[in-house]
Amino acid sequence: MQPLAISHFTLANCLGNGSAATLAALRQQRSGLSPCDFGGADVDTWVGSAGALDTPVRADLAAFDCRNNRLAELALMQDGFAQAVAAARDKYGPTRIGVFLGTSTSGILATEQAYRNRLADGALPPTYHYSKTQNTYALADFTQRVLGLSGPAMVVSSACSSTAKVFGHAQRMLAAGFIDAAVVGGVDTLCLTTLYGFASLGLTSAQPCRPFGAGRDGISIGEGAGFALLEKVAAAPRAPRLLGVGESSDAYHMSSPHPEGEGAHTAMRRALDAARLTPADIAYINLHGTATPANDTSEDRAVVRLFGSHTPASSTKGAHGHLLGAAGITEAIISLLAIAHNFMPAGLNTSEVDGELNTDYLLQNREGRVGAVLSNSFGFGGSNCALVLGGAA
Amino acid sequence: MTRVYVEGVGLLGPGLQGWAAAAPALAGSAAYVCAPVVVPVSQLLPAAERRRAGLPVKLVLAVGEEAFANAARDPGATATVFTSSSGDGETLHKMCEGLAGCDREISPTRFHNSVHNAPAGYWSIAVGAREASTSLCGHDASFVVGLIDAAAQVAAENAAVALIACDQPYPEPMNGVRPILASVAIGLVLTPQPTARTLAALDISLSDADGAQTRMDDAQLETLRLGAPSARGLPLLAALARGAGRVEFEYTGALKLIAAVSPC
Repeated sequence: MQPLAISHFTLANCLGNGSAATLAALRQQRSGLSPCDFGGADVDTWVGSAGALDTPVRADLAAFDCRNNRLAELALMQDGFAQAVAAARDKYGPTRIGVFLGTSTSGILATEQAYRNRLADGALPPTYHYSKTQNTYALADFTQRVLGLSGPAMVVSSACSSTAKVFGHAQRMLAAGFIDAAVVGGVDTLCLTTLYGFASLGLTSAQPCRPFGAGRDGISIGEGAGFALLEKVAAAPRAPRLLGVGESSDAYHMSSPHPEGEGAHTAMRRALDAARLTPADIAYINLHGTATPANDTSEDRAVVRLFGSHTPASSTKGAHGHLLGAAGITEAIISLLAIAHNFMPAGLNTSEVDGELNTDYLLQNREGRVGAVLSNSFGFGGSNCALVLGGAA
Repeated sequence: MTRVYVEGVGLLGPGLQGWAAAAPALAGSAAYVCAPVVVPVSQLLPAAERRRAGLPVKLVLAVGEEAFANAARDPGATATVFTSSSGDGETLHKMCEGLAGCDREISPTRFHNSVHNAPAGYWSIAVGAREASTSLCGHDASFVVGLIDAAAQVAAENAAVALIACDQPYPEPMNGVRPILASVAIGLVLTPQPTARTLAALDISLSDADGAQTRMDDAQLETLRLGAPSARGLPLLAALARGAGRVEFEYTGALKLIAAVSPC
């Protein structure tokens, strides 16, 4: 695969708004999870809340107003990201920048609220704007308008692999010559659907999640947004790079991973092959590491089979939670922060690593040169995606 | 411009009961007769999954199986691009209705059926496909989004990719805010080079020129094209049925997608 420059990025989540907030929290080994008191949900779990999010989106896009788009707009305004895209728009033209975003929730919270406010005849209230909130594409539509872009756009919605896969979609469209640059990323926000849904599957923990931990018992759902600007390497030769993307399907079960991590192994191997790297070239693995018994066991088997037991690894979901559709972009950006600042973030909340797992799981931050990082995202339906990220050559 | 080759087609819709049966009506050489969709139940799914699978899953299995049979290609070895404007409307409605009530419970099966990529997941289990799979949305342009993405993937990987587009109506009250006329699903197996089963070459490009999107000649088919997001692909199928044609699709406000069909 031809590498791509990641010339700008930004994010917002329970650790705060913008890259500096996430970096500070990681350096301080501080978690942003808190007991769930979202929307009257009666679910005994911890969540990563991005805050009240009670500022509506800008007035001219009022029909798009919903929690998911509010968090999108908030993130786009951090780290000079929107300005960087504006400069790219001037350079390439607004139709030559693609938008590839992921979400699993989209604006479903707005639909949940609409169903609680049905009219006497059962109809949904006129304040409900389906195509600009609920519809899975609404996030890309909204983001294009905020950024003033009018090129190819799409939303990828493959559960927890969505915002890792968007990197691959953008890379292929750039390689085909349809675009010259791309905004990738995505947003997921808290809603009753995911809180009650994951609880019904027995996948939520009543404590802050403990990825790879002994006695781990489930996820902490979080909300977050992340965006990155991709360009050809020649346009930003000193920027960090997307080196490889690897994808696969488990073909096993809708909500449980393949027990031996077959699909995960395939995705990781394909990502390394695309990057023309070997496992020894990877300094740090940002694991999917959701803290379910099943995911961490199967992921560990796949990682050890490919890397052995000596590549430092951690899941950062103990810090920010499982961002579901936004996990991929968030953890890719954290991987870029690790590369830029030469440190590997610890896995939080876990005091003792499960003795059955053999990955070299970090319980403390580790300083050291980070040349290349592998980041994993695996979703419902057996959708697997691994990214290889690196510094400027 | 990206060139791919169409190796197999699958189709389900009202009065469009399979590609072979529907091609003459799409080509305009036979009359189109509207009739309710009959959705076959696939034997590919294990019994437990067959019980749990909603309508979207049944639709994608049917058109996917047909497209691969026409292509004489192994679905288990082929990457897929799924695209849908709406996902599983029945499941969404039941979940939101439940959450609005006192009990606030979601069944586990209903929850994992609610993800936009549920059809992709069921498909991969049914055919044992471990290749990459993606699930896309472009609202009314969902078919277009799937088409350009699949073409880019064929070119990038130099390998076959199946595009499967599917939408079905929402129940009330969602139908009131997003009416979808009928269940429609389209499957296309695309390859990087021609093969013994190739129907036509397909050249995909983007244009910012002014121009109208291609309409269906038959009034009822035109109504269907505008009324069901996956049916936006019907003009492409009509061109394939005729053996050639230039099809223009609305994409974003500023861009159109051009799909030029030619014999090979």
